[in-house]
Amino acid sequence: MMVVEQVRLESNNNSRINPQLFSLWMGMASIVMLFGALTSAYIVKQGAGNWLDFKVPSVFYISTAIIISSSVSLHLARNAYRAGKEQNFKFLVLTTLVLGLAFLVCQYFGWMSLFNSGVDLKTNPAGSFFYLITWMHAAHIVGGVGALLATTINAYTLKFKVTELRKNRVEMVLHYWHFIDVLWIYLLIFLIYLK
Amino acid sequence: MTNTETMYQTDVLIEEQGFDDHFHEHHHGDKYQTNFITHYVFSMDHKVIARQFLITGMIWAIIGAAMSVVFRLQLGFPEESLTWLKPLLGKWIVVSDGVGKLAPEFYYALVTMHGTILVFFVLTAGLSGTFSNLLIPLQVGARDMASPFLNMLSYWFFFLAGCIMFYSLFLNTGPFSGGWTAYPPLSALPQASSGSGSGMTLWLVSLTLFVVSVLLGGINYITTVLNLRTKGMSLFRMPLTIWAFFVTAILGLLSFPVLASGFFMLIFDRSLGTSFFLSEIFIGGQALDRVGGSPILYQHLFWFLGHPEVYIIILPAMGIVSEVLSVHARKPIFGYRAMVFSILAIAFLSFIVWAHHMFMSGVNPFISNFFVLFTLIIAVPSAVKVFNWITTLYGGNIRLNTAMLFAIGFISMFISGGLTGIFLGNSAIDITMHDTYFVVAHFHIVMGVAAFFGMFAGIYHWYPKMYGRFMNETLGKIHFWGTMIGAYLIFWPMHYIGMAGVPRRYYSFDTFDAFKHFDTLNKFITVAAIIVFFVQLLFVLNFFYSIWKGRKMTTQNPYGATTLEWSTPIEPIHGNWPGKIPAVHRWAYDYNKDEREYIPQYVPLKDGEEGDH
Repeated sequence: MMVVEQVRLESNNNSRINPQLFSLWMGMASIVMLFGALTSAYIVKQGAGNWLDFKVPSVFYISTAIIISSSVSLHLARNAYRAGKEQNFKFLVLTTLVLGLAFLVCQYFGWMSLFNSGVDLKTNPAGSFFYLITWMHAAHIVGGVGALLATTINAYTLKFKVTELRKNRVEMVLHYWHFIDVLWIYLLIFLIYLK
Repeated sequence: MTNTETMYQTDVLIEEQGFDDHFHEHHHGDKYQTNFITHYVFSMDHKVIARQFLITGMIWAIIGAAMSVVFRLQLGFPEESLTWLKPLLGKWIVVSDGVGKLAPEFYYALVTMHGTILVFFVLTAGLSGTFSNLLIPLQVGARDMASPFLNMLSYWFFFLAGCIMFYSLFLNTGPFSGGWTAYPPLSALPQASSGSGSGMTLWLVSLTLFVVSVLLGGINYITTVLNLRTKGMSLFRMPLTIWAFFVTAILGLLSFPVLASGFFMLIFDRSLGTSFFLSEIFIGGQALDRVGGSPILYQHLFWFLGHPEVYIIILPAMGIVSEVLSVHARKPIFGYRAMVFSILAIAFLSFIVWAHHMFMSGVNPFISNFFVLFTLIIAVPSAVKVFNWITTLYGGNIRLNTAMLFAIGFISMFISGGLTGIFLGNSAIDITMHDTYFVVAHFHIVMGVAAFFGMFAGIYHWYPKMYGRFMNETLGKIHFWGTMIGAYLIFWPMHYIGMAGVPRRYYSFDTFDAFKHFDTLNKFITVAAIIVFFVQLLFVLNFFYSIWKGRKMTTQNPYGATTLEWSTPIEPIHGNWPGKIPAVHRWAYDYNKDEREYIPQYVPLKDGEEGDH
């Protein structure tokens, strides 16, 4: 009997990581490839000349600060959930949702500011790429905001319980949100230094 | 040992040795299979989804092949009247003086759709979608996929993509007609050709949905293989089918998003007036104001998917062939680890050879050297695989059933088509060979016919697992020989035509004196293509007839195979195994070992016996 138990412990659960979380990471890998392709295309096109040099509007720095703080607040929310602190969890999840929406609003002002400075979508590939890449990122933020919205609704409507299932869901939202946060920082640095 | 004894032993062994995951104790898992809609339509069971992929793929294969027959008629018999096709093709047959001609723009649409349909809908979704779904959970010992829901979505995104593409065939302006690679400017400017308008828009929408389908499927396959293997199923005990599907899914996951990025830029160019891929273009004598872009950029993005895509097509076929050869030769696969490492090597190399599709489109010739080098290196792992397949056959106790014949046919096709790849991989030879029928012959044999052979081998072999019955062997053998001989008759002559410089995709050769004398050869190819098409209909007939009338499967493990799918009940059930999940003690290829004909993976090791290889 002992032997059987040991074998079981060794290998029945080769899922050291939760399969759903693992799937999410696979999805992130494909998102990395998507933005990898866009940024490589950017470099290739830039090398071919006819490239407009412009300054990235400073509104984008504010949006960066917002999304970093949203990552922090979501991380604290996750910790609060695990610690069973209901009120803190609710408040922090709501804060993150608001910050996520604020990020999108801020991006909108960034695009308008860029447009008003004379860089539009059509005239030069440099502008086209800037809008395309930031819009694609914003589309991924919209997905994240959707997940946050679901989390917030659940947090306020469901009876508070710390279960494995819900822990896992919070964890997945957290990983995705951190991911698109880091993705934004990468994109911003890329767009600033390779302009 | 009689069959009933074997069955009894299988069940007893699984009960004694298996791993209890308490699956059948809580019945929430069966809830989604209670009525017709949830069982057969929006099913989350991997075995049903596999059959959905297969039958949808077959429908597309018939449509795509029928298209090739129509454009082959034009190429083989340009003088003949095609008026009899008017009821089907309507205004695309232009009748003047009683002679019906295929409209040139529709010829291009047919060529384009044939490529798109066969590459994406048949050989990607139909092949990898079918067998990854059917075999991954069954062969790694899982109840189902990691996420049955995403798996269902994967099929329905594919279905939706198919519906949109199908609808585009009936547009007044015709479907997209600029080639399956959809190079700009034909794909980027709606006014460029009749198919570049709504046809291209629907093409883009359809394929974007298709990318979503591939990603959802791929994420599931990878997660299932890495996380849901049964007790004892280490990576190096997995059958080669699973290795192939696993690596295929990784390729898809990493390359399809790159295609998607190209599509997004194309959509921007088409609809929002950007110039990612457009520069200095005249249409109807008018210069467009779209400058600054580069069409080569699209080609890079496209082929960064496009090249891994051919391995997404061929690797599952390779995995299926390895398994079928080993089972029906009653021998362990030769060089199991070499097979695994060559799959990995091919997959890695497939990402750094994409520009060999672009030698003649203005890529720096010095950079081409690297792509030539890496392209030719792919011959090494490919040759390792071919060597190992042949060595597996050597001295085997071969059963020449239809599945085995197709597996052997695959090796033949892969060698013939692979060798011409070495010609084309050289950028210098490519100067004369590019865009000729030599290229057409090469890729049809190596990834078209060969992948189909792998698919047929898989269908004939696992048909009992899908429908509980066998396909008719006599019809199967007629199907095999008809296809084997026919495929060579179609594509072998194309090598000569191509070496003489005849370009592909041309509607007619009457105005070119240099290519006129190939008309007899072209007639011959067309006749062969029509015969092969009807031989495939024989297969379709056999397939559907056997679902209801085929010989019944009476034993759990009719081939005496070692892998886990043959330890499940004849009548498939939700969760695959009625009780515990079998535990695995050995690799998948213990044939003719220790004076036993075969030893399934769930049989425990004897003292001193090795489980790994």
